[in-house]
Amino acid sequence: MFSWLVWRDLILAWRRRADVLATVFFFIIVTSLFPLGIGPERETLKTIAPGVVWVAALLASMLSLGRIFGNDYQDGTLEQLVLTPQPTYLVVLAKVLAHWIVSELPLVVIAPVLGLQFGLSENSLVIVIASLLLGTPVLSVIGSIGAALTLGLRAANVLVALLVLPLYIPVLIFGSGAVQASLTGASPQAWLLLLAATLVVSLVFAPWATSAALKISVE
Amino acid sequence: MSNRRINWYKYAAPANFYPRAGKIIPFFAVPAVILFIVGMYVGFFVAPTDFQQGESYRILFIHVPAAWMGMFLYVMLAIYAGIGWAFNARLASMMAQAIAPTGAIFTFISLVTGSLWGRPAWGVWWVWDARLTSTLILMFLYIGFISLQSSIDDVRRADRAGAVLALVGVINVPIIYFSVQWWNSLHQGATISKNSFKMAPSMAAAMFLLLGACWLYSIAVVLVRLRYIIREREQEAPWLAEVAA
Repeated sequence: MFSWLVWRDLILAWRRRADVLATVFFFIIVTSLFPLGIGPERETLKTIAPGVVWVAALLASMLSLGRIFGNDYQDGTLEQLVLTPQPTYLVVLAKVLAHWIVSELPLVVIAPVLGLQFGLSENSLVIVIASLLLGTPVLSVIGSIGAALTLGLRAANVLVALLVLPLYIPVLIFGSGAVQASLTGASPQAWLLLLAATLVVSLVFAPWATSAALKISVE
Repeated sequence: MSNRRINWYKYAAPANFYPRAGKIIPFFAVPAVILFIVGMYVGFFVAPTDFQQGESYRILFIHVPAAWMGMFLYVMLAIYAGIGWAFNARLASMMAQAIAPTGAIFTFISLVTGSLWGRPAWGVWWVWDARLTSTLILMFLYIGFISLQSSIDDVRRADRAGAVLALVGVINVPIIYFSVQWWNSLHQGATISKNSFKMAPSMAAAMFLLLGACWLYSIAVVLVRLRYIIREREQEAPWLAEVAA
């Protein structure tokens, strides 16, 4: 059931490629706006790069949160999925995994290229990838709580931002902290470990909160 | 012993709670006003001037109680919302809804007074200090709770969705606090440590008087708001027509 659900979501996403590409382009555009707003000085850009890449990743992943459950909610599939004998926890995990592959993995792939624009060294680029790999699943799984709570509400997109962004703050701090540490020559290990810990804890607990929220929303 | 136990179920029914709450509100509201006046008097006229910060430190008499209430009320909100969700207790959910605006206001007051205090004490309106930042995030959590509840029309769903959010938020508060603290120690340059000063007894007295005032005010105002929420939600109930008449 788990792999079937992931596969189904991936196929659905493939048939709507434009949506996925929009998220990636949003990420690219937002990061490109910062040099235009701040100025082309290499040193300044380098110091703001970790924050810019991470904030842009946060915003881009938030934009796509509505897609985790939105379409399934509208056509009634979600109700059936919640009614299946399989635990809702697994349904949530599968959908979050699919969402991560579709909406977050492209960001991880494209991020090093954007890092080059900001003049990051190769060493730092590796840390950018590592921190995003550890951090973006947290964004997906915590975001799924907000997505489930706001299903079918007025102005759900704005509301998701209000609910989810404060909860994203630790990930932002740890992630950009890791990149910042690599820039100054310090070891980013502590930050990456904190990110990994956040990932483990949120993978265990957040799907539970999401399934509770789903049951409330589809009732 | 057993016959002295309070029957919680009885008072958990809005029909029994509503008139009783109306009766006890003055017992909280009047002492709140008295404590506020006495506390303000002690704070402004009895407490000595601080030798480091001069008169400006007096803002702490309102700043510290407001910050404490802001944090404490969020925990209370989460507890009540959780009880309402787990035991399907309507009144507890209404209580959570009633607490939220008061908590948000206290958090806001603590941010504003903190910024007003920061100007003379640190020379800037705002620093990205761990405490300030996490209070700001607490404010966002309140706003999220209030806006989620107000955008759901179905009352039952609003209560339970709010409960999930409040509980997730309350688990996150310590994580956010520590992450902000570590983040802050990373950027040592920006931090400005608070001047630690020993508190004279009259200063402590003023602060605790005002803390008591804030407590009683919160209880009174939450009960008033709770009564309005009950009236709104139980419009159709026959007992309400009797009470109102």
